Amino acid sequence: MAKQTASQTVGPYFAYCLTEAERYGGRDIASNVLATEATLGSGVRVEGRVLDGAGKPVPDAMIEIWQANAAGRYAHPEDTRAQAALDPSFKGFGRAGTDGNGRFFFDTIKPGALPGARGTQQAPHINVIVFARGMLVHAYTRLYFSDEPKANAVDPTLESVPESRRQTLIAERRESDGRIAYRFDIRLQGEDETVFFDV
Amino acid sequence: MPNPYKPRDWSVHPPYKHDAYASTKQRAPSKPLIPLRQTLSELTGPVYGHEAVTPLDADLTVNARRNGAPLGERIIVFGRVLDDDGRPVRDSLVEVWQANAAGRYIHVVDQHDAPIDPNFTGAGRCLTDGEGRYRFVSVRPGEYPWRNHHNAWRPAHIHFSLFGPSIATRLVTQMFFPGDPLLPLDPIFNGVPDPEARARLVSRFSIEETKPEWALAYEFDIVLRGRRATPME
Repeated sequence: MAKQTASQTVGPYFAYCLTEAERYGGRDIASNVLATEATLGSGVRVEGRVLDGAGKPVPDAMIEIWQANAAGRYAHPEDTRAQAALDPSFKGFGRAGTDGNGRFFFDTIKPGALPGARGTQQAPHINVIVFARGMLVHAYTRLYFSDEPKANAVDPTLESVPESRRQTLIAERRESDGRIAYRFDIRLQGEDETVFFDV
Repeated sequence: MPNPYKPRDWSVHPPYKHDAYASTKQRAPSKPLIPLRQTLSELTGPVYGHEAVTPLDADLTVNARRNGAPLGERIIVFGRVLDDDGRPVRDSLVEVWQANAAGRYIHVVDQHDAPIDPNFTGAGRCLTDGEGRYRFVSVRPGEYPWRNHHNAWRPAHIHFSLFGPSIATRLVTQMFFPGDPLLPLDPIFNGVPDPEARARLVSRFSIEETKPEWALAYEFDIVLRGRRATPME
């Protein structure tokens, strides 16, 4: 058996390849806009900040999100469930670099619920991957929605997290100017550190 | 349901906190990771196919030309992307970025006193083929100073970003060059605890793939997590 290749940090200079290639004359394969007008489901903005152990914004992080569509279906060959339909206008992957204040946002749709292991049901969630200078290995977390209390209460992944820390995974819904946004701050370190998973 | 992926091998990957690399002090998660039973969410991931790349994307000596060839020593970087059972990772996106021959990144934040090359961005991408092979043409990146400690210099390196078949196989790493005298001094490279795992981040010079009268070649194989032998419950 071959050994896995070791991870290394993304460093501070990834933007011209990964998140802002167009600014440098290239072409981006992904952006922070996942949904078009044709995409099924309710359009939402997911926004937040990345903060370090001192509570300072991290201005050079990259956030990736991966999510199911409104029917709870992933656009991937291993999700073969006939009962949840693909949406040709939704790929489900987004990438964003944080700005000078550590802020990021994604314009997407709220994903549907989907099955988990052993006949369980997973609450709607977005898979989040965090990369940054100073992180030698990327970190996995999940974003859940504050307006899904019933589904969240029986979600097996949330249940596996100590109750005192679950709140770090719940994005708070707020509405302004008729737009629905969910606030999800990522705290890399410290007392209220975001829960990261060993996936 | 397909078989889950093997866990990340923490004897190979660096820890989050590595004191010699100063930026980890405030950015390393301090609480233990919580084990997650893989579900459809982790067994899937973004799929990029041939529509995502053009042939020019893999030639960094051509893809940003304005009025001539970039300066520096032309190189070929090639290798295979495999899983840890030795199976090729096919049709999978590989993204690379690097400094120019003078050790300067095009990124606006890089203020190192070394020239920008108007004919070089330093970003490339390609898909692996049916055998997991990839190949880039570029120029050898320069070393450059950074502020981690007094007289700190990064060894020459190329950043690699790989997806593999799912978000569980996601990997960002760096490729180094054989014989670089800065390697033993680099806190990022030495964040990898196991000397053999570090050695695997160093590419191998290949006279076989070196093109006469044209460019030296460096081989760098990348191993992603494979699948468990048993299916999910």
